[in-house]
Amino acid sequence: MAKNKNRKSSASFKENIAEIGTTFKEGDLKTRLSFIIMGIGPVMRGQYVKGFAYLLSEILFFWYFFGFGLQYLSKFGTLGNVETHTENRLIVYGDNSFLILLYGLLTIVIIAAFIYIWRMNVRENYLEEQKLKKGLKLEKNSKVLGSLLDENFDKTLLTLPVLGIFVFTVLPIIFMICVAFTNYDKQHQSPAHLFTWVGLKNFKSLFSFGGNGLGATFGKVLIWTLVWAFFATLTSYFLGILVALLINKKGIKFKKLWRTILVMTIAVPQFVSLLYVSKLFTDTGIINGWLLKLHWITSPIPFWTNPTLAKVMIILINIWVGIPYMMLIATGILMNIPADLYESAKIDGANGWQMFKSITLPYMLFVTGPFLLTQFTGNLNNFNVIYLLTQGGPKSMKMAGNAGETDLLVTWLYKMTVNDTNYKMAAVIGIMVFIVTAVTSLIVYNALPSVKDEEGFQ
Amino acid sequence: MSAKRKFTNIVSYIVLILISIIWLFPFFGILMTSFRSYKDYGGLTNYVIPKHFSLDNYKFLFSNKTKFLQWYGNTLIIAIFVTLLQTLVVVCVAYILSRMRFKLRNLLMRTWLILGMFPGFLTMICMYFLLKQFGLTQSGAIPGLILVYVASSGMGYYVCKGFFDTIPKSLDEAAIIDGATRSQVMFKVILPLSKPIIIYTALTAFMAPWCDYIFASYIAFGHESSYNVAVAMTRWVWTNDYQGYFTRFCAGGVLIAVPVTLLFMALQRYYVEGVTGGAVKG
Repeated sequence: MAKNKNRKSSASFKENIAEIGTTFKEGDLKTRLSFIIMGIGPVMRGQYVKGFAYLLSEILFFWYFFGFGLQYLSKFGTLGNVETHTENRLIVYGDNSFLILLYGLLTIVIIAAFIYIWRMNVRENYLEEQKLKKGLKLEKNSKVLGSLLDENFDKTLLTLPVLGIFVFTVLPIIFMICVAFTNYDKQHQSPAHLFTWVGLKNFKSLFSFGGNGLGATFGKVLIWTLVWAFFATLTSYFLGILVALLINKKGIKFKKLWRTILVMTIAVPQFVSLLYVSKLFTDTGIINGWLLKLHWITSPIPFWTNPTLAKVMIILINIWVGIPYMMLIATGILMNIPADLYESAKIDGANGWQMFKSITLPYMLFVTGPFLLTQFTGNLNNFNVIYLLTQGGPKSMKMAGNAGETDLLVTWLYKMTVNDTNYKMAAVIGIMVFIVTAVTSLIVYNALPSVKDEEGFQ
Repeated sequence: MSAKRKFTNIVSYIVLILISIIWLFPFFGILMTSFRSYKDYGGLTNYVIPKHFSLDNYKFLFSNKTKFLQWYGNTLIIAIFVTLLQTLVVVCVAYILSRMRFKLRNLLMRTWLILGMFPGFLTMICMYFLLKQFGLTQSGAIPGLILVYVASSGMGYYVCKGFFDTIPKSLDEAAIIDGATRSQVMFKVILPLSKPIIIYTALTAFMAPWCDYIFASYIAFGHESSYNVAVAMTRWVWTNDYQGYFTRFCAGGVLIAVPVTLLFMALQRYYVEGVTGGAVKG
């Protein structure tokens, strides 16, 4: 199926070229003019709305391209070669590598979009001619506009969101992927200094295990990220189900009260609750204070300064954050499990644990499999819990690049961006996070019961 | 049998009470610390109930020694605008993706799924300079932040689309046969049925800006009067002098948490529906 589609699209590229050719060869003057002045054909045929839309987009494109885009695109290969310098004690601004890269990319995308619109313009002419040849009437202008609220409602509603995502997500991501192949860092900050393409050098330094290499640190951070995501997801998941079962047990009163108490953690902004909790466990915090007062310990327990203890604490506190979500979700799903499953199990003499093991758990796993996956990838990138609790600390001499013992890849990325302004390595780590997320998603997705066996519980 | 059940119920209650204590303790602690007088020196103490109750911390927050009210206002403005705009964007995108079939639909959904796998603040630097070009950083950080939150919100359509998918398509078809346009179907047929999911979307949109530290601090970049509460108060805790500010942080935390929590509790039913629905459909 997928292969078929590919063949179709590659064939359609040839067809496209052929169609453009025949449109020009067989078209009338109006159509041929439209090849240069977009939309002129539809305008001359009375299709003002479409025609002027094409014409406007062409004018905007040339205005942008020659007035703005071209100067950046022309320097894209080197990212600029005139450094900012002083002449006779005056600062002369040179090329701004950052803007050259950013607007160069933007211009490339806009050119691609323009070619696509130009192609649509040619096709529009072709279709109009075909229609007129058959003696059919063209659509009224009012109908073309009206279709934006009907058949073409998708274009009306999606244009702005797609544009927003393009400018604030797609373009920045492409930009940062490019930065991974440059030497943009503290010593090469624009506009004062230039930066330029360096190929795979940054990736090599991430995987170099020598003296200054980040390899060992990267490995350590990656392993902790995976360990953290695994434990954080599983503990919250199973304990959340257990708590939900406990609250929904027959004979337990005040169900709503217990639920509301747990839900408090979702309602209170995390930066308030987690910062307070992190201070609870400091050397002078309440927990150590109480334990000292009771003479259970003689010196404060180093909750946040001992690397192993800090990691355990983070996972424990994350349970506090995670159980309520899972409890809510599990409650909804548990009610949907057919009651007769339990009844027949009871008749067969199954005890509580056996019923949990062979009815509740498989059902939950089946229904919430995809959710479990999004939780896992969410935890891989769980910035808030780690940063609010430890800020990645405790620091360690063994780690390079200012990484701390509890840093995840994302918090390390954040530190590199904000504290070290080491943008090139931040970009490389960002790409690594993407690869880790994508690979684990693929592996886990294919192992999900609901994907393997779609009919399982239906 | 009944004796056994009684016993397990008692154990269950004990476990539930223990859980409740653990879950409520931090909130109790924050509340008590917020009332601690300046006379009890220090932010961190080895007791929870203050020795001297006072409103000193609250008085400080409302005095002109700090910009707390401005930060609070900033966050409220951001939250309100984000709620309105983001709900609009998410509902529109989800409706289109659920109800209409067009050429680029699958490509769009797949691309967004892949984009979602990049860590959000990888793009921080680029975003900062983009906004800076339009004067939307530092003193203009508030409109800038609103723009950043809303611009990419279309990608979070999953839960909402899942809800729309459960509304039978025959409703749309019947309306179209009666001569309604797609936009009329949306506004007159689907949206009136979608109150729960609209409230859920709005509620999550409203809650998020109160917690955002990353983008808010980076885009405001040291410009104090455009901080939101999370940035400003996190700084209080992370300074070396946090002992002096810790009780004030707790008081501020109470002032933030109380209205947000009340709103959340009032709309809890819709939140639960949204979260459960989203999890089941993936």
